[in-house]
Amino acid sequence: MAGLHDTREKLILIGNGMAGVNAIEQVLKLAPDKYQITVIGKEPHPNYNRIQLSYLLEGSKTFEEIILNDYSWYEQHGITLLTGIKATHIDTESRRVQLSDGTSSDYDKLIIATGSNPFMLPIPGIHKEGIVSFRDLQDCERMTSAAREWKKAAVIGGGLLGLEAAKGLLKLGMEVTVVHLFPDLMERQLDPVASSMLQAELEAQGIRFLLNKKTTAIDGETRVDRLQFEDGSSLETDFLVMAVGILPEATLARDCGIETARGIIVDDFMQTSAPDVYAVGECNQHRGICYGLVAPLFEQGAVLAKHLCGLPVEPYQGTIVSTKLKISGVDVFSAGEFQDAPELDVIRMQDHWKKTYKKVLLRENRIVGCVLFGDMTDSAQLSKWVKVHEPMTQDIHEQLVGSKHIDDADPLSFVAAMPSDEIVCGCNGVTKGMIMHAITNNGLRTVDEIKSSTGASRSCGGCKPMVEQILTLALGDKYEGSHSAVESLCGCTTHSREDVIAAIRDKRLTYVREVMNVMGWQNPEGCTKCRPAINYYIGMVWPDAFQDEKDSRFVNERLHANIQKDGTYSVVPRMYGGVTTPEQLRKIADVADKFEVKMVKVTGGQRLDLLGVKKEDLPRVWEDLGMPSGYAYAKAIRTVKTCVGSTFCRFGTQDSLSMGILLEKKFERLWMPAKFKMAVNGCPRNCAEPAFKDFGIIGNDGGWEIYVGGNGGIKLRAADLLCKVKTDEELIELAGAFIQFYRETGKYGERTSEWVERLGLPAIVSEIVENKARREELMASIERALQGLYDPWGEVVESEELQHRLYEHIQMT
Amino acid sequence: MEAVMSKGEVAYYPVGSLADFPLHLGKVVKLGSGGTEIAIFRLDERTLYALENRTGHQKGGPLAEGLVSGEYVYCPLRDCKISLVTGEVQLPDTGQVETFPLCLEGDVVLVGIEQNG
Ligand SMILES: Cc1cc2nc3c(=O)[nH]c(=O)nc-3n(C[C@H](O)[C@H](O)[C@H](O)COP(=O)(O)OP(=O)(O)OC[C@H]3O[C@@H](n4cnc5c(N)ncnc54)[C@H](O)[C@@H]3O)c2cc1C
Repeated sequence: MAGLHDTREKLILIGNGMAGVNAIEQVLKLAPDKYQITVIGKEPHPNYNRIQLSYLLEGSKTFEEIILNDYSWYEQHGITLLTGIKATHIDTESRRVQLSDGTSSDYDKLIIATGSNPFMLPIPGIHKEGIVSFRDLQDCERMTSAAREWKKAAVIGGGLLGLEAAKGLLKLGMEVTVVHLFPDLMERQLDPVASSMLQAELEAQGIRFLLNKKTTAIDGETRVDRLQFEDGSSLETDFLVMAVGILPEATLARDCGIETARGIIVDDFMQTSAPDVYAVGECNQHRGICYGLVAPLFEQGAVLAKHLCGLPVEPYQGTIVSTKLKISGVDVFSAGEFQDAPELDVIRMQDHWKKTYKKVLLRENRIVGCVLFGDMTDSAQLSKWVKVHEPMTQDIHEQLVGSKHIDDADPLSFVAAMPSDEIVCGCNGVTKGMIMHAITNNGLRTVDEIKSSTGASRSCGGCKPMVEQILTLALGDKYEGSHSAVESLCGCTTHSREDVIAAIRDKRLTYVREVMNVMGWQNPEGCTKCRPAINYYIGMVWPDAFQDEKDSRFVNERLHANIQKDGTYSVVPRMYGGVTTPEQLRKIADVADKFEVKMVKVTGGQRLDLLGVKKEDLPRVWEDLGMPSGYAYAKAIRTVKTCVGSTFCRFGTQDSLSMGILLEKKFERLWMPAKFKMAVNGCPRNCAEPAFKDFGIIGNDGGWEIYVGGNGGIKLRAADLLCKVKTDEELIELAGAFIQFYRETGKYGERTSEWVERLGLPAIVSEIVENKARREELMASIERALQGLYDPWGEVVESEELQHRLYEHIQMT
Repeated sequence: MEAVMSKGEVAYYPVGSLADFPLHLGKVVKLGSGGTEIAIFRLDERTLYALENRTGHQKGGPLAEGLVSGEYVYCPLRDCKISLVTGEVQLPDTGQVETFPLCLEGDVVLVGIEQNG
């Protein structure tokens, strides 16, 4: 549609960054052909993930890995991309943007997404050499090259950005001092307690701090060599990173008469004071707020995109933000309000031994903020509660506080008094003496080392705290502790997922009740959180011996249909790859008529959904359909979406249909930690939306690209590129290995989007892409799990006992 | 439907034999067409409870499909926790589900229903 006769409206984006491109992506999703799009970007790159510059700096990622939209993406969507070019003026009357290369471009709609600029302290010496900010790729490159040449670095600013820069420089071998104006680090996200814990942790990692220091001048001939502080002291340095804050880049708009304050002022639809000019992301100011984090820009982009596509949309209300520091070994998190205040009630827990801290703030009994340090178990949940201002309840309180109480007594006195031959690990018969021996004679330093050497804490994990105490006893200060505080399965137990799986494996536990009993559940009957989880873990560890326990299943997975709010059910039969036949459609229509189904709907996963089926009718509906279950109700392999690919499509380069059907047939019915969706596309146009799937495949001329961890649900996440493969066989093997690795290491209920982030993509790549032996092992495990799976609908249709037990009711007259 | 015994105002009706009630699960008993639905939960060999088949939540929904945990059932739609013994919805949610007296005569399960007038 491009070229001279393109009659579409012209949409120009200024700022090829995260907010702007995200808005464009959303527009393309809603109305792929509505606009003729031009993107103007000052940086000489395609759009990359700015957040991950921190990983780039510390060397854990390459630039290729943090690119969000590569050049071909722009091409495929017919977007004209101008990189290394700045927009210099906007004429809102004649609707024209002037560019730094002397050309200009007309627009019908204009999006300004110019982000922010780092704020440089206006102090003497600021223009000397050896001073950088931390905002873009170029800054990152300057830092890495400085680290090769120089020894001492100073970072001004103890906020998120400054600390991540400091950690990066430290990893690059520099001596780093962080200079901060305030007494507390990250004072805009953390309270003093969490702040001081953070400082202690970073000091232990090797970063030095000068707090309460106001920098007044930068000394040096041409290059920085010393910082002067207001109190008369000074600091010698070879290199300086300025990370004292950001300023919205609103100058372009301001100069053209668009209303600005700190940022470009926008209404609830991202509209500026000029007609058809919008601003999104860090450059704007909405209801008085300029944001400095990514979460709001996705929400803003969604509203803007709908607005631009002429769709009805709720006004943007603002975002409650949360922050997490991306430094390995340091877990801090905060959301919403974080400082104590007279009108707030505070729940506070600090554990000096485990070095954890948790604070939850309540206003009129509603959760309005939190701060976490050390233990991130509740972060996701809390950020959700903070967002909706969840009312505080007894259950939430119990979940937050946990059931264990820490005695005031010296925790070590107990293990100190223990005789050497007393058993610490009852599961594996390991005594205190054996553990002491391993520490003193073999030089072991961590629980994990002791676990693999003596077996202690390997099975149920109940003795882990005691092993830690023995370590502390033996090593004193030299024991570094395990800061990764364990997350218990639920309030019924203190055991973690890992403990439970180890016990299931080592003790060959195959019943849910057996697990709860052997592991000493405090609530012996379990709850809706732990029982379905244990049931899944047993099936994962012992696929052969596993007998699905109906009473530990949620209703949907017990009845193999999806309960609706009125107590009726929905039925989605399997249609491999989203392909159906006239016969199937006829059958579905007949069933819908016969059982007076309330609605037949096409699902997002390209299947047909029969809604409003009565429970007692389910077995007969399935019998009449004669189609297998589509598992649309389960934590299992759901659907494989496909495009028609090379079978019909003139763009198709690969046979996505056949591949989709093959994958669905191969992996259907597998129980998973959470629902698992796939898509196969025959070309990079992504009609089947693989970028938002747990496992998305894009065909190209040379083979397949595999994307993982995407999610189009509540928390939108674009999938990460796992690898590219050439043959179908490789693709199937990688799919199998990926699915099995996730089955083995995913927490029950954890989607791959969260799992990929928890494990980190590199860990997954090294496990299944780079390690052939491991991949084959995983493939063998999944083949075992696949054996003996059968269609549950067929089973019910065949079994009168099941129908009677689960589906029939008793009718009295 | 015929009562086989009565105690005071309450008449007891046979609703099935023990074998009709699966362990740790709920079973729906419908009284008449379109009448009250009762959910019967069987905790062990001879312990059963009968409640109205409706969660305590104002938005309603069936109870019989909930997950049974000891003397409680978790509502299948909103996960609120309800006492099988008293019908009381547990905090933080609130509400009350009607309970029905139940007794066994041999293997026959009897549910008591108040006779109004
Ligand atoms: C190192 C680092 C770590 C971060 N970590 C986190 C984190 O952990 N969590 C979090 O939520 N946020 C984090 N952020 C913030 C996050 O990156 C930003 O909120 C986000 O990038 C803002 O998106 P944006 O599109 O508004 O701005 P940008 O991504 O900055 O995009 C703006 C683009 O517009 C270009 N531009 C500006 N003016 C012009 C012009 N006149 N013409 C053409 N182009 C122009 C800029 O060069 C830039 O490329 C981090 C930021 C940095 C730098």
